[in-house]
Amino acid sequence: MALLQISEPGQSPDPHQRRIAVGIDLGTTHSLVAAVRHGVAECLPDAQGRLLLPSVVRYLADGGRQIGDAALAAQQADAANTIVSAKRLMGRGLADIADAAKLPYALVDAAQGGMVGIVTADGTKSPVQVSAEILATLRQRAEDSYDDDLYGAVITVPAYFDDAQRQATKDAAQLAGIRLLRLLNEPTAAAIAYGLDNASEGVYAVYDLVLAQVGVQVQSAADKAAARAAARACKEALTATESVAFSAVLAGAEVHFDVRRQDFEAATAALTVRSMAAVRRTLRDAGLQPEEVQGVVMVGGSTRMPQVRRAVGALFGREPLTNLNPDEVVALGAAIQANQLAGNNATGDLLLLDVIPLSLGIETMGGLVERIVARNETIPTAKAQDFTTYKDGQTAMAIHVVQGERDLVQDCRSLARFELRGIPPMAAGAARIRVTFTIDADGLLSVSAREQASGVEAHIDVKPSYGLTDEQIARMLQESFATAAQDIQARALVEARVEAERMLLATQSALDADGDLLGEDERTHIAALMQALRLQMTAADAVAPEAATQTLAKGTEAFAAERMNRGIRQALAGQNVQNL
Amino acid sequence: MHLQSDDFALFGLPQRFAQERSEIDARWKELQRQAHPDRHAQHGAAAQRVALQWSVRINEAYQRLKDPLKRAAYLCELQGARIGAEDNTAMPADFLMQQMQWREALDEAQDGAAVQALEAEVRRARAQALQRCGELIDGAQDFAAAAGQVRALMFIERFARDIDRRLEHLGQ
Repeated sequence: MALLQISEPGQSPDPHQRRIAVGIDLGTTHSLVAAVRHGVAECLPDAQGRLLLPSVVRYLADGGRQIGDAALAAQQADAANTIVSAKRLMGRGLADIADAAKLPYALVDAAQGGMVGIVTADGTKSPVQVSAEILATLRQRAEDSYDDDLYGAVITVPAYFDDAQRQATKDAAQLAGIRLLRLLNEPTAAAIAYGLDNASEGVYAVYDLVLAQVGVQVQSAADKAAARAAARACKEALTATESVAFSAVLAGAEVHFDVRRQDFEAATAALTVRSMAAVRRTLRDAGLQPEEVQGVVMVGGSTRMPQVRRAVGALFGREPLTNLNPDEVVALGAAIQANQLAGNNATGDLLLLDVIPLSLGIETMGGLVERIVARNETIPTAKAQDFTTYKDGQTAMAIHVVQGERDLVQDCRSLARFELRGIPPMAAGAARIRVTFTIDADGLLSVSAREQASGVEAHIDVKPSYGLTDEQIARMLQESFATAAQDIQARALVEARVEAERMLLATQSALDADGDLLGEDERTHIAALMQALRLQMTAADAVAPEAATQTLAKGTEAFAAERMNRGIRQALAGQNVQNL
Repeated sequence: MHLQSDDFALFGLPQRFAQERSEIDARWKELQRQAHPDRHAQHGAAAQRVALQWSVRINEAYQRLKDPLKRAAYLCELQGARIGAEDNTAMPADFLMQQMQWREALDEAQDGAAVQALEAEVRRARAQALQRCGELIDGAQDFAAAAGQVRALMFIERFARDIDRRLEHLGQ
């Protein structure tokens, strides 16, 4: 939708129209949804008052499914159909899963896209579909809480997620029918929550610890699930007590023994040391000394472990901040950002200036990586790189984009392969093909290419190495929608009318404010498009008003761009005058 | 104000080497507050693209202005003194000698303490070279000589990265 209205920064065009926007922490073990209510971010409970939704989906042979606690309860009995950590499979091929054989369910190589599939009683599922079930459950929870439709969501991802994993998360949101306002890095979300909570300026470090695996040697899948659950209970109990009893039923026999905190700390000491090395590396990357850090924010349930808090406290020379619940802090930060992006925050004092977490490069001769965008660079960003042809008359060129910090292509993550076509035939080395890599505010990559001498825009085929194709997404969407077709039609009509009205209002106020940017012909053309849309407002289904809205949006695109350009130029010039 | 304005004009800062980092940061935040796509989240695709262009341009200028070495290189180029680091690698003999000594010291360093001592020395050398660069640009306005300093600093930066990698390897 090309909404043309330019309002004061942060001011929503209609202050009375609040949009329901939430933050979702799509976690490995559990997920949460949070929203800003009455100016305060809070996690939304389900009907039973529970905040944490276990990130577990169980597929039944009859096509039914269980999500969350119900699925978790069935994990021991039906481990093969109960997917417990789909997040670790997102955007991954079978070859990437180091411990595939240890998982209690069967994984297969998908035919297209390369992403791994999970074999269940209800057919093969993509990790994207499993994540979408969890997201849809949280969306339902939010809509029930407000008794209103969700406008959109900010979903968090680990900072180390590469482009394929981010794309997979984006696809999952689409499958769950969620308008994605932003993918947000988990530590960034935590920093937002703390920054606003403590209302102080300075440098904050975020320490996020995920202990995914508890080492247990057992035979069957059911035993593994039982042992893991018992081990987890032990780990959690040891936060508060010095000793705890481990008990589980394994291979039909009851197993009991005592675990002391000091044993657990000894077993995880090497991990603690390794994580402290990672902290020092991060500080060096940022060019910071530990004492320059104003506060350390703890994220993730594992940071409740006393030895971790001691180690972090010793390194930074200050007690870590724990006034927000480490399980909730990520979702709370995401909710604050979602509220902002939905235009609900009238004062608009929050602007997130994020960085790209992993370097981006292309493959050059000999399997080496040429870095194009270095990690920690502020986004959005664009980098141009010139290429040339190496053969006479060459009209196409292949480019391989990789992500990672290593020097060899084989050690980095393959993101996509691009084919540039339509290069005019020239002598070898004569063509100047400028390829521009743009990273948007979501941290997602797009590429454009242009031959400089002839001005020919080279055609680009993007083949994400581990993504889903548009057709796959469409098919999955159709499957999930088939049951509720009528509801969707009714909802679509209401949305189409609201959208059309918004568009008409916005166009009119844009014309009032900046009509001088237009010629007589353009003004007449836009007036005709507006009239055409008004005539479609009473249509019985969504198709005609949607089409007319689209036509008006397209017809006013150039005008919207002109207005934005004028608005920003004036604002920037005003900033500089103010500061002289 | 245009997308093509130079970095200093865009940030409303005097065209010189000496800058306050805090001032650059503050200007960057003010400009992004106006232009960042998130500030125009309600507007359509075409308007978002324009906001993205401006935001990208501001970040590009910010990356160049905040890094003293990139800033020096940019000032030289603005004044017509090409850096041409790829095809101009001729350096004074004493500078090359020092580089060799450093490389040997890094190869022979046995532990973290030795590498960190070398790191401190390189940091001092870098600070001195930057100061000299600033004098050449803001004082003598000798941009050709400043470009030579920039090339030397690029060598030093590359070596500093090798030290970082070594420290990382040692788990420090």
